[in-house]
Amino acid sequence: MTLLYAFLVGGALCALAQIVVDATKTNPAFVMVSAVSIGAVLSGLGLYGPLVDFAGAGAATPLFGFGHSLVTGMLEDAGRLGWFGLFTGGLRATASGLMAAIIFGYLMAVLFNPKG
Amino acid sequence: MTRPGTRERDEYNRLAQSFHTPRPILRNTLMAFLVGGAICTVAQVILDYLLTKMPKTQAAAMTSTAMVFLGAFLTGLGVYDEIGRFAGMGAALPITGFANSVVSPAMEYKREGFVLGVAARMFQVAGPVIVYGSLSALLVSILRLYVFK
Repeated sequence: MTLLYAFLVGGALCALAQIVVDATKTNPAFVMVSAVSIGAVLSGLGLYGPLVDFAGAGAATPLFGFGHSLVTGMLEDAGRLGWFGLFTGGLRATASGLMAAIIFGYLMAVLFNPKG
Repeated sequence: MTRPGTRERDEYNRLAQSFHTPRPILRNTLMAFLVGGAICTVAQVILDYLLTKMPKTQAAAMTSTAMVFLGAFLTGLGVYDEIGRFAGMGAALPITGFANSVVSPAMEYKREGFVLGVAARMFQVAGPVIVYGSLSALLVSILRLYVFK
């Protein structure tokens, strides 16, 4: 069942972003940046956590989920370390994705050449 | 028995046309929905599998790692940009699109060298995503911790 919710919620979030791009002629890069920040705000309001519980990867995979992970990590570490957790939590929670982007991004760029 | 008249067929075609050509927004939205949903479903399949092997946070982190790999690999093969051409934000918004935004410029600027080309350009789009994501997360966390306790 989570598979269906993941499809529907993930699809809906992407469709929403597409409508914003089409309707406002915004550069997709700006929408990607905004999505992370919006995800952080929704997370802070306590709205994104329940969405992840409901739709799993459907909510975690779009970039909103990246903002949610940053906030969740900061609040977790702040619980253990106090204010200093704000410096450690965000990147700790997102470390695997960022490290993967560096490793695989570099590797693929070295191995492959652009088409055309 | 007669086949459906050409008049009905013409009417149908006109009706179908009226939904299609003047509104690419509708088609773009649908493609973004389908492709974005499909990518998230793949992520969910990976997550479901990993959840049988390890705790929740680790499974979630490993799923994003796997999706970043997929996005980077398909970009290297030249497949991801083809998908992106018709899926728009359906391909750009998932974390695979984040990986695509890393590999694309890195590959493109390889001729400028491995330091100022590949490494410097890798984070052309991903950099702003990380910077504004971190700063807004910091702001939100400060508000949550110290203002709206």
